[in-house]
Amino acid sequence: MIEIRDLYKYYGDRRAVGPLSATIEKGEIVGLLGLNGAGKTTTLRILACDLLPTSGSVKVGGLDVVEVPHEVRRRIGYLPDTPPVYLEMTVEEYLTFAAKLRGVTGPDVEKRVDEALELTEVGSERDRPIGALSHGYRQRVGIAQAIVHKPEFVVLDEPISGLDPVQIVEMRELVRSLGGEHTVVVSSHILSEIHETCDRIFVIRDGQIVASGTEKELSDQLLSGMRVSLSLRVGEGGAAKAGELIAGVPGVTGVELGVATEGPGIATYRVVLSRDTRDDLTRAVVGAGYGLLELTRGERELESVFLELAKSLDEPARRKKKRKKPPVDAPTEESP
Amino acid sequence: MSQALLIARRELAAYRRSPLGAIVIAGALLIDGIYFYWKGLADKLVSAQVLSEFFYGASGTTMIAGIVLAMRLLAEERQTGTLTLLNTSPIKDSEIVLGKFVSAFGVLALMTLMTLYMPLLIFVNGKVSVGHILVGYAGLLLIGAASLSIGLFASAVAKSQVVAALIGALILAPLVLLWAVAKAVDPPLNRVLTSLAIHHENFRPFMNGILELDGVVYYAAVTYFFLLAATKTLEARRWR
Repeated sequence: MIEIRDLYKYYGDRRAVGPLSATIEKGEIVGLLGLNGAGKTTTLRILACDLLPTSGSVKVGGLDVVEVPHEVRRRIGYLPDTPPVYLEMTVEEYLTFAAKLRGVTGPDVEKRVDEALELTEVGSERDRPIGALSHGYRQRVGIAQAIVHKPEFVVLDEPISGLDPVQIVEMRELVRSLGGEHTVVVSSHILSEIHETCDRIFVIRDGQIVASGTEKELSDQLLSGMRVSLSLRVGEGGAAKAGELIAGVPGVTGVELGVATEGPGIATYRVVLSRDTRDDLTRAVVGAGYGLLELTRGERELESVFLELAKSLDEPARRKKKRKKPPVDAPTEESP
Repeated sequence: MSQALLIARRELAAYRRSPLGAIVIAGALLIDGIYFYWKGLADKLVSAQVLSEFFYGASGTTMIAGIVLAMRLLAEERQTGTLTLLNTSPIKDSEIVLGKFVSAFGVLALMTLMTLYMPLLIFVNGKVSVGHILVGYAGLLLIGAASLSIGLFASAVAKSQVVAALIGALILAPLVLLWAVAKAVDPPLNRVLTSLAIHHENFRPFMNGILELDGVVYYAAVTYFFLLAATKTLEARRWR
């Protein structure tokens, strides 16, 4: 279990993280979702004992990252946004080195290296220099070094960054396979990665968690009502008039004209309903003489949730905003 | 300690695979050879003077080689992101620094050992004491260790290898030139400055085959100080 309580991290006068509190249960795969500069990497670096917090408490498996960092490091595997690989070493040499660094000794080293190679599917490349591998394989080697000592906790900072579509699918499966045996924290600004990989999502903005839960919980929190997609045969120039009609149907709270893709005289609308009034909507458009070609219930879009949460502060205003020091007895950077 | 040796072994392997170690050794041997021929063999000097001149010249190349070999040790790891691997492993910052130092010192010692043919050439037409040779080499290794530690500290501070080399040179050069400054000031300050100079007063006994405890303590202290400073720099960076 990972417990974060009132975590703050300042770089000089600038607050990068805080106040941030969260609990991650054993075996969970948790996603940290946020735009660039939201504080994801700083949070993960603190979890991995690469960076010290300014104040607050972070406990990994009951161990405090400030008081017993070496004990925490033995239990945690970390993949930073750039895999920390030595390009001149072969994959096997590198993983052996990483395992020994993390305190694996004797015959266990070879066994653990083999297991990590098998899990990350880079066994075929074990004798090749890392510098000769593709970006996708280097990412895999990066994950292999993070799990080679069988840590209870695995922290992955944007593992999908820079991968091609096929590699993204493979990487998702790999991260998913780590769950259960390991508690995994994975950060990203790519929604699909979080959406398909994680049990729970923390949306982080301005160094704070602004929402947390499963995808459905987040959707329910933020997206009230229902979204439908509506295609009508409206005739040449009739799109605006039909849009006005739709907007006048009881329960419709928003109408947006989509890009016409099906040909002239056909309009597509994205309609937001405050409640399920699809039957009223259907009657209204058919009654007005429009040809109803399609009415589809839209998925509750995590993308919308994320954008709404992550960008709800105006970006320029956010950058200019004067950040204040923590209000309570948070020590300064010089404090241990 | 075992973790420091693990890091040292990896670093030595990296030196073998990269051209830097070979280039530094080849360059130093070339300069030492030319200097040995120019000062030692071309001038009409007695054997002991030839040997002293050799150690004088070799001390310069050793100091420069120390800075060049050390410049990549931490700065390169920071540039490539591999320092994160070390920082997130259960090892102390002092073990990281010690491992790096030991590896670079190994290369420097190899480089120094490869110059041994020059003092041995003196035996062809002259005679020097083995003690003189041993003490001179001890001096070279000590001054090399001191300059390596300065370079390692610079590498801990700098973000790039080039900047690390510059910082190392900017620390080393004043330490070399302190003897000249000492000439321009009155006692007792001149005595203090002379004692702090990395080469002149402290190295001269070694090159003349005289083993003085003062020099050994001085070089050990400089080495320890800068290794400690490098360790503290790594520790401090975790707060940033």
